[in-house]
Amino acid sequence: MKTSKKSIRIIADAVLVALVIGYLALLQSNTTAHSYAITIIERSCIYAVAAVSMNLIIGFTGQFSLGTAGFMCIGAYVTGIFTIPVKMRDQIYYLYGMADCIHDIKLPLIAALALSALLCGLIAAVIGWPVLRLKSDYLAIATLGFSEIVRAIFGWDGLGKITNASYGVSNIPPFANIFECVAICGVCILIMSLLIRSSYGRAFKAVRDDDVAAEAMGINLFRTKQLSFVVSSAFAGVAGGLLAVFMRSAVTSTFTVALTYNILLMVVLGGIGSVSGSIIGAFLVTGSQEWLRFLDKEYVFSDLIPGLSGTVFGSAQVPLLRNGFRMVIFSILLMVVVLFWNHGITGSKELSWARIISIPSVLRERKLRKAEEAKRREQEEAAARALEKEVRGQ
Amino acid sequence: MSVQEMEKRKDSAAAEGVKASETKSETAAAQKKENVLRLEDLTMQFGGVVAVNNLSLEVNKGEIVALIGPNGAGKTTAFNCITGVYQPTNGRITFLGQTLMEGCPTGRAAKTYAGEKAGKYTKNIHHSPDEICRAGIARTFQNIRLFPKQSVFDNVLVAKHMRAKQNPFTATFGLNHAEEKRMREETWALLKEQNLDSYASYEAGSLPYGMQRRLEIARALATDPKLLCLDEPAAGMNPQETLDLSDFIKKIRDQYHLTILLIEHHMNLVMGISDRIYCIDFGKLIAKGTAEEVANDPKVISAYLGMQEVV
Amino acid sequence: MSLSYFIQQLLNGLSLGGAYALIAIGYTMVYGILRMINFAHGDEFMMAGYFMIYSIAVFPWFISIPIVIAATVVLGVLIERVAYRPLRNAPRMSVMISAIGVSYLLENLANYLFTAMPQSYPQIPILKYVYNFGDISVSRVTILAPVLTIVLTVLLVMLVNKTKLGMAMRACSKDQETAKIMGIRVDNVITMTFVIGCALAAVGSILYFTDRNTVQPYSGSLPGLKCFVAAVIGGIGNIPGAVVGGFIVGICQIAITAAGYSVFSDAFTFVLLFIILLVRPSGLFGEKAVDKV
Repeated sequence: MKTSKKSIRIIADAVLVALVIGYLALLQSNTTAHSYAITIIERSCIYAVAAVSMNLIIGFTGQFSLGTAGFMCIGAYVTGIFTIPVKMRDQIYYLYGMADCIHDIKLPLIAALALSALLCGLIAAVIGWPVLRLKSDYLAIATLGFSEIVRAIFGWDGLGKITNASYGVSNIPPFANIFECVAICGVCILIMSLLIRSSYGRAFKAVRDDDVAAEAMGINLFRTKQLSFVVSSAFAGVAGGLLAVFMRSAVTSTFTVALTYNILLMVVLGGIGSVSGSIIGAFLVTGSQEWLRFLDKEYVFSDLIPGLSGTVFGSAQVPLLRNGFRMVIFSILLMVVVLFWNHGITGSKELSWARIISIPSVLRERKLRKAEEAKRREQEEAAARALEKEVRGQ
Repeated sequence: MSVQEMEKRKDSAAAEGVKASETKSETAAAQKKENVLRLEDLTMQFGGVVAVNNLSLEVNKGEIVALIGPNGAGKTTAFNCITGVYQPTNGRITFLGQTLMEGCPTGRAAKTYAGEKAGKYTKNIHHSPDEICRAGIARTFQNIRLFPKQSVFDNVLVAKHMRAKQNPFTATFGLNHAEEKRMREETWALLKEQNLDSYASYEAGSLPYGMQRRLEIARALATDPKLLCLDEPAAGMNPQETLDLSDFIKKIRDQYHLTILLIEHHMNLVMGISDRIYCIDFGKLIAKGTAEEVANDPKVISAYLGMQEVV
Repeated sequence: MSLSYFIQQLLNGLSLGGAYALIAIGYTMVYGILRMINFAHGDEFMMAGYFMIYSIAVFPWFISIPIVIAATVVLGVLIERVAYRPLRNAPRMSVMISAIGVSYLLENLANYLFTAMPQSYPQIPILKYVYNFGDISVSRVTILAPVLTIVLTVLLVMLVNKTKLGMAMRACSKDQETAKIMGIRVDNVITMTFVIGCALAAVGSILYFTDRNTVQPYSGSLPGLKCFVAAVIGGIGNIPGAVVGGFIVGICQIAITAAGYSVFSDAFTFVLLFIILLVRPSGLFGEKAVDKV
């Protein structure tokens, strides 16, 4: 019984993967026609890596780190600097001139991403050393501060020979095809979820749930938090590198605190402590940010409902819609999720076939229970009414 | 079983003998019984309050030793020093001959130090709770501290993490397959032994209170301890459950060759299972000895009942 | 560097530090009682800037100032009611995420309502009056800021130490449950904390923006973070500590800018934070907390 269930699950997984690959192949076959979809998918995948990495430290280890944007910034610059074609470097760095020591070093994308991860991990280890020994709140503020420091350093003239200061790095070669991007993202997420499912992941959760008890079980708090923080930051760096390749440039103005908050929105919406939730959150937020772009434009009613053109009503401006409204909606969404739906889409459990299959039955059960309750209440009310009548009658 | 019981009786008889004839037989007894935990002049001061004052205590291999005292006597503080939560202000804690903790008042604490034996200890040695657990002292908490949202199985499994031979890389990529399998099997075995296996997939927080206590003890056992420290294991239990618990404690002592130090309020439990009892009040040791001796000690009675000492 | 330049910069630093100190008090008080970083506090301060712009268009300045303070207080209390109170029993991280949500909302709302363009802050003549001492020219607000800050701090410390409300606040910061049992209305005390914090932030915003001249939707977020750092430097939960921290951060920022490294003027605050966390994590005046097991 069990094995058959397992084999069904494997088949379902295989079918899903095949479908995804097929869909991607379809998109890849005509990149010009599907460029919009490709953009959304690539962006979502990259944000999914960032969201899962943030979830690793916030959701699974319970340490409130808000340095994602900072690490992404480092990753973006490192990847950008080492992947732009050597020929174009003098042109890009025309103002400062690229430093000789790195001028001729060009790395393949994977190596550049690995370098980003390594550097981000090292930096995280250094920051974590003082901060992770303290309460989680200090981590939040220290990592936010760190993001600002990173932005300042990369925008500084003094490092112009390396970072091109405020001009940033541009002309980064794009992904060879959509598979490259999706595959790298997939591998990153896979590694993180394997870590979470390992013995170390269990230690993370123990630290999150009760640090005193975890410590009494022989789990070294600092080293466990440090591991999670370093891995999370390293993958945030990879996500930053991917984002730079995706946007074909790395500029400090991309990596503001708002980016961290955006990724936090994905994590919270998807479900704190759930890898699949973060992935869904990333796709949902990225997708809807594209689809809801119309909220930022000013319309008259006839633009939206053609039948109204010519009438007075049709030429009236649609209220509220103007630049910035989309982000207001998103921030309200974040608040609503935090206040009323704090488990997010998946809660802290992972999405699995069993769970998806059980959704209809769970819903049915909930419906039945509600119906039963309504029935009972009705009966009670009827009884009460009957009693009242009797009393009145006497 | 019966052999062990007899041995234990012999032990307790020997302990009584120690009381009767002084130092000579004490060294003889120490030779016979391996010392596990020793507190020397332990003092813990918070600001001006001396929570534990000059407490010396010994626990020998295979014993069940109880630390009793009225509320606020400093029992849990002493416990927290042993398990590394606090650094003692003064004194030394040795475990299997190794110094785990040593404290001497320094800086501002030296000026305000109100305890005894200042200057006897000169070093500050501190081990964190996880290092102490690694050394072989496991503990439970007065107010149960499980991971309530995790399954019963995971609660115990996580305690195996400490002794597993692995690193993040091997663990992530499944290269520690054998180790992981061993951890899971041992966890299953432990749950079976504690009759918790049928609840393995339940959320720990959903178990009834008594079972949560047992699970917490099982989790402590999973760290392969030599000394098990139980902080008020019978708190909130009814008489029947308490009775079961005392059998349970004896059973795990024999089964896992443990030494047990417990803090307790329930006199029934303490009297029934302890080989020796230490009683403290206001941080100071006021009596030690077998259950009977302590129960009849006027100082203990007055500490518990608040009577004036009868001369 | 001439002496007059030095004094000029020092005065600027004290002025900025005064504004920071007033904002930092709000952080430190909220943290003291709720144990959360009120990420929205900096944005409340930014909103106070906009309130001033819109109220001075209608009213003279001496009416505008109370209006701004009142509006900021209302905003702060509203935020506490809507976003923090429902999460009183939730894990602290949820409350902090909620605070981030509010911060995000306020910034985006300001961006939407007032556009991203910087708007010029009204010049209140009485604050902008310029004194000249030889080479040094200082506006009145520059001198007023530190003085006002210290006066308000003394008053606040008296309030906390001498009055019944202050006693309730101290009780709540030690142990909310016990405070509740003692008959203290914890919710009211928390509301009062937000009232005081926001009122001070509004005063701080007047001092800050009068010197800076423009307001934009994101002009609250960075000063907000810096003020939290100031509170940490002084020892979180400690009011005089927050004020000292505010002055330290303000003076350092001006010093770094004057030394020609204005790129790092923001980043340096966080370097200070790392130093303090390394050397003295409980802050300059903070007490070491002992967790109970």
